[in-house]
Amino acid sequence: MPAQIIQDNTTPFERKDIDPVTLDIIENALRNARIEMDATLVRTAMSPGIREQGDAFPLIADANGKMIVGQFGSFIGGFLDQFEGTIEDGDMVFLSDPYSCDGAISHSNDWLVLLPVYKDGRLIAWTAMFGHQSDIGGKVVGSMPIDANSIFEEGVRIPPVKIWKKGEYNDDLMKLVMHQTRKPDWCQADLNALIASCRVASNRLIEMAERFGDDEYFSATQELLARNHRAMNALIGQAIAEEPVSFEDYICDDGLGFGPYKIKCTMWREDGKVILDFEGTDPQSEASINFLLNENMFKMFFGIYMIMVFDPQILFNDGFYDLIEVRIPEGSLLKPKFPAALSGRTHALGRIFDILGGLLGQKTPEFLNAAGFSSSPHLFYSGWDNREGREGDWFQLFQIGFGGIPGRPMGDGPDGHSLWPGFTNVPNEFLERYFPLRIERYETAPDSGGAGLHRGGNGIHMTYRFLADGQIAIHDDRWFVPPWGVNDGMPGKRASKVLEKADGTSEIVGNKLDDIKVSAGDQLHFITWGGGGWGDPLERDPEIVGKEIRQGLVTAEGARDYGVVADSNGTIDEAATATLREEMNASREKGSIFNYGPSIDELRANCEEQTGLSAPIQPVWHRRGESLEAAE
Amino acid sequence: MRYRLGVDVGGTFTDLLLFDNETGAFWRHKTPSTPHDSSEGILTGVEAITSEADVDASQIEFFLHGTTVATNAVLEGKGARVGLIVTEGYRDIMQIARSFVPGGLAAWIIWPKPEPLAALEDTVTVKGRMGADGKQVREIDEAEIREKLTALKDAGVEAITVSLMNSYVNGEHEARIGEIAEEIMPGVPVSLSHEVLPEMQEYERTLSTVANASVRPVVSNYISKLRDKLEAAKFGGKLSLLRSDGGLMSSQKAEEHPVNILMSGPAGGVTGALWVGKNAGLKNILTLDVGGTSTDVALIENLTPRRVRTTEVGHLSVRASSLDVKTVGAGGGSIAYVPELTGALRVGPQSAGAAPGPVAYGKGGEEPTVTDANVVLGYLPEDLLGGAFKLDREGAKKSVQKIADALDIPLMDAARGIIDIVNENMFGALRMISVQQGYDPRHFALMGFGGAGPLHVNAVARLMDSWPAVSPVSPGVLCALGDATTQMRTETARSFNRLAGQTDVDELVAVLDEMAAQTRAELTNDGIPESQVTSEFEVDVRYAGQAFEVPLTIDQETLRDKGIEGILERFNEEHLRLFTFNMDTPHEIVNLRAVALGEAPQLPAAELEKGDGNPEGAKIRDHTMWMDGKEQQGAIYDRSRLKQGDNIPGPAVITEMDSTTLVESGCVATIDAVGNILINPA
Repeated sequence: MPAQIIQDNTTPFERKDIDPVTLDIIENALRNARIEMDATLVRTAMSPGIREQGDAFPLIADANGKMIVGQFGSFIGGFLDQFEGTIEDGDMVFLSDPYSCDGAISHSNDWLVLLPVYKDGRLIAWTAMFGHQSDIGGKVVGSMPIDANSIFEEGVRIPPVKIWKKGEYNDDLMKLVMHQTRKPDWCQADLNALIASCRVASNRLIEMAERFGDDEYFSATQELLARNHRAMNALIGQAIAEEPVSFEDYICDDGLGFGPYKIKCTMWREDGKVILDFEGTDPQSEASINFLLNENMFKMFFGIYMIMVFDPQILFNDGFYDLIEVRIPEGSLLKPKFPAALSGRTHALGRIFDILGGLLGQKTPEFLNAAGFSSSPHLFYSGWDNREGREGDWFQLFQIGFGGIPGRPMGDGPDGHSLWPGFTNVPNEFLERYFPLRIERYETAPDSGGAGLHRGGNGIHMTYRFLADGQIAIHDDRWFVPPWGVNDGMPGKRASKVLEKADGTSEIVGNKLDDIKVSAGDQLHFITWGGGGWGDPLERDPEIVGKEIRQGLVTAEGARDYGVVADSNGTIDEAATATLREEMNASREKGSIFNYGPSIDELRANCEEQTGLSAPIQPVWHRRGESLEAAE
Repeated sequence: MRYRLGVDVGGTFTDLLLFDNETGAFWRHKTPSTPHDSSEGILTGVEAITSEADVDASQIEFFLHGTTVATNAVLEGKGARVGLIVTEGYRDIMQIARSFVPGGLAAWIIWPKPEPLAALEDTVTVKGRMGADGKQVREIDEAEIREKLTALKDAGVEAITVSLMNSYVNGEHEARIGEIAEEIMPGVPVSLSHEVLPEMQEYERTLSTVANASVRPVVSNYISKLRDKLEAAKFGGKLSLLRSDGGLMSSQKAEEHPVNILMSGPAGGVTGALWVGKNAGLKNILTLDVGGTSTDVALIENLTPRRVRTTEVGHLSVRASSLDVKTVGAGGGSIAYVPELTGALRVGPQSAGAAPGPVAYGKGGEEPTVTDANVVLGYLPEDLLGGAFKLDREGAKKSVQKIADALDIPLMDAARGIIDIVNENMFGALRMISVQQGYDPRHFALMGFGGAGPLHVNAVARLMDSWPAVSPVSPGVLCALGDATTQMRTETARSFNRLAGQTDVDELVAVLDEMAAQTRAELTNDGIPESQVTSEFEVDVRYAGQAFEVPLTIDQETLRDKGIEGILERFNEEHLRLFTFNMDTPHEIVNLRAVALGEAPQLPAAELEKGDGNPEGAKIRDHTMWMDGKEQQGAIYDRSRLKQGDNIPGPAVITEMDSTTLVESGCVATIDAVGNILINPA
């Protein structure tokens, strides 16, 4: 049974004509309300994940739950369909179970609050925000166990419950929840921040309704939805062909030795609608890399990629959803069956953007970007700080890494940056002050960006020296399948991790590992991958390559990928460059849109030699599905 | 020596304001700016204004100057070539920056790759390492340092910056490298990060130090040229520059620490508003400085403008105090357009700028701008007072008609739509600095200045419900007025980073005393008598673990009486106001600042002749305007002929040399004792 909305005033809103100027003013005011949500959050949150890295996402929706402002699509409709209970003035809903909201939040670390906005007894809107909590209990610090076999191992799982019920705070509930986490102080502050943000937006919406009139506000939101619908309808007709196009990319492994997991999407237009079909995607994993992909969220991503170029000022909303149909096979990596573990979904979530780029761009290569920094690699480090002057305090660090933005039509990809909106790195002096750490190196990894007319951005080589015994966990990807280049650009370099022990020995470690013990004095080299290159590297001005050698972004050896012969000072040997470029030109096939690098079979064959790690084993369908069905 | 001269150099005009300390009378003058060398335009202006006032340059005691010379050096990449020395392992510190890409999802696709302020090829690393506790982890290697410095010297860098990890706790390594640099490259200016900004966060500290080093030669060169020219013109007074935080600093200090004048320009308007507010009896003011391409807004509470710890210049965020001025890309030159895809009406951020400018200026502009909409609606009369040039209303109509056609609405509705949208953008910026900071805009007046501020101030005041809407005396040269009427200021900051519970109040007081002595000495060294210097203190506090610090102003006495608890009480109040909640989390004292202030000049405004309330004598003619969806009859008045106490019902247009004030229907304007126009709902 769907949720029952209780209203003192059940008069339906009246649809009125809204002149275009008022409409644009309301659009603007909504945008400002959203900016206020972000600002409130960043200022009051406490965990580095949210406050420095902005890992939180706001939403403003109409009374029916359709998103008017936001970027991750609305989940309120889905929530309302599933929620068994009432929604009343003064309520606030809190949840974290992805299976309770069709994956609108995709792992239990994301805490979501939903605030129904009432004005004069009528539900006029919803505001909502979710943010990543640094720790929600469970078997590992940070609550994202790579080898989790089910969601029950991934910490506290909150079904939709009322944190406020008709204005009354549910203290017992919050005590129960906070009792599960290793960092109740961070969780409480971050939750306060999410709530404060929703309340700020709620106040703004009420003010807007007062200013313009309830019916006018309602009508404007409906017109904004309709405007997106019209725009997308026109775009789809122009840009999406009836003939299907496909694109596939991979998650390298699941941390249990299986991989790579293929994600495949096919797109075509049919009866004015776009079909996005993930048939051909590999099965769900026994581990936690599964990504419960919410269809609406994917529609939103698709819409953003489509409209960005044509009217960047537009406010994205849900209005166009019925123009898109998303099909995801049950039991696949993107629609795992309950109770599959989900905490490590970040890699698949990121990869979705590369897939969208590859799908939409292949018919218009001039708009196509190379493969990006499509994940949020992260490191956990925890233990007791026994340095002099400390009292054996418990510490735990969750840090997101950055890498190379891909080569783009407009130029080179920035080095060591974030593809995610709002993310920033944490100052190393901050880390050194508050954690038993010294960051010995924080530089870009030379040559890691794929060669191209426009070079892919370099990944980052970050060296952590641990100053206290403890344990670390590594979550990264793109160590096996390289990030692809486009329009004759070359792939970027893959990610790698090296643990250098205090005794001088060093070992290559995997990219998805929990519970690695480290001792004071050990160093971890956390090297992220580079962005793919865009366009023909042989057409890049050799002088730029020479300059980048002097800048340390490219090495003399790496310059050869551009057909450039230079010394370590970046001085170009023009004759040798001309000869090399000629040779390279003769021995290659030009004109391919995508350059994936070696085939999966070749990568497998050379894996041990090239990466120092064993090749992953191909995952197969139905193994787990069968055993699950048998258990039921 | 009874005169103060304020000079503000803008992109198009150089504004001058000569103030008589004794009578409060003032003269204003506008002259075209001379971007190749601003001092030329300044001199032209000085000659004009002194002869107009019949004052000899030698009678000017203070030459007070707001300038964008440092800002432009950063924005246009015309600063010095800086060699940067960083810790081993950190060569890409400026290249990586904070890894931040502005905009929403997928915005990276259209975000240009920024070039760092210190070129990566001029950035070198040196061995040696300080720990976060200030203890040396590894020694520096002098031979290596010499080698790297020599390489930078050979490469031809014009300034050296040293910024090492954890130098904010221990600057010994930086200091030693600085010494060696002076040996190897005598005469090349050296900036050390622990001196410029002894605060945590390596990127921000490095950027601020590099910015300082980069603009230093440009600013120094500019100041010495200006000084020479002024001396040649027999000016013998003091030359001071306006800091981004609204205080003044001696020109010598500005040469050493130009990072403090990066936002000198916008600060002038706010200090000007402050002076106007004092004279008009207004304590809480929101400022609306509308220029050609953008609008600056700021908040003044109880005659104190809000300050922030960062100065934003272009995409760079430099750690130096500045007034909390928010800028939106909405101004008179903002272009209106209708994207085909969505059929929405957008205004800005693209701007027609000074060239080609709005269509109405007849200089080749073709795209409809905000100014054109103002002309079409009759808010900007075609023949401006002074008659310098006539506006092309027909051309403006033609351009705005394109918008009307695209939206399928009448011409006048389209024009007013453009105005409404741009006002809404300004409203959004004002909300960010008021409502979002926990202030109720209904307790504030709104003051509009800059070329187009007085045209929009009434409508925006209506949106904010901030009354009165104020068009100050000489709104076009308010920045120069601000330059002329503010006080000397200097400050020093330091990281403290200690839990409040573990802080000894005596130790805190001792550190603040030391910082106060340092800042006071700076002002007395600049010739300000010790008796005129006052000290203020600020402490940044946060809940341990938060990123956002709340700055609290305190005095030594309160600190001694109430101890740390006194600070924490204030913090809790402020946090509650800002964010609606408090927590049971330990407090951390993050940064300390000491501010030294010179005496604020007592500069009363001259009183205006009293009238009988009837503005008829200043009326130029009847005038038709489009307002509230219909044609309305109003009148145009000459501001210079208005008298104290005159009441002007809207709709009306009040013109003067360099500005036009619009009074909307349903409102009434009153002229106050010193000539400000105060608009209130009728």
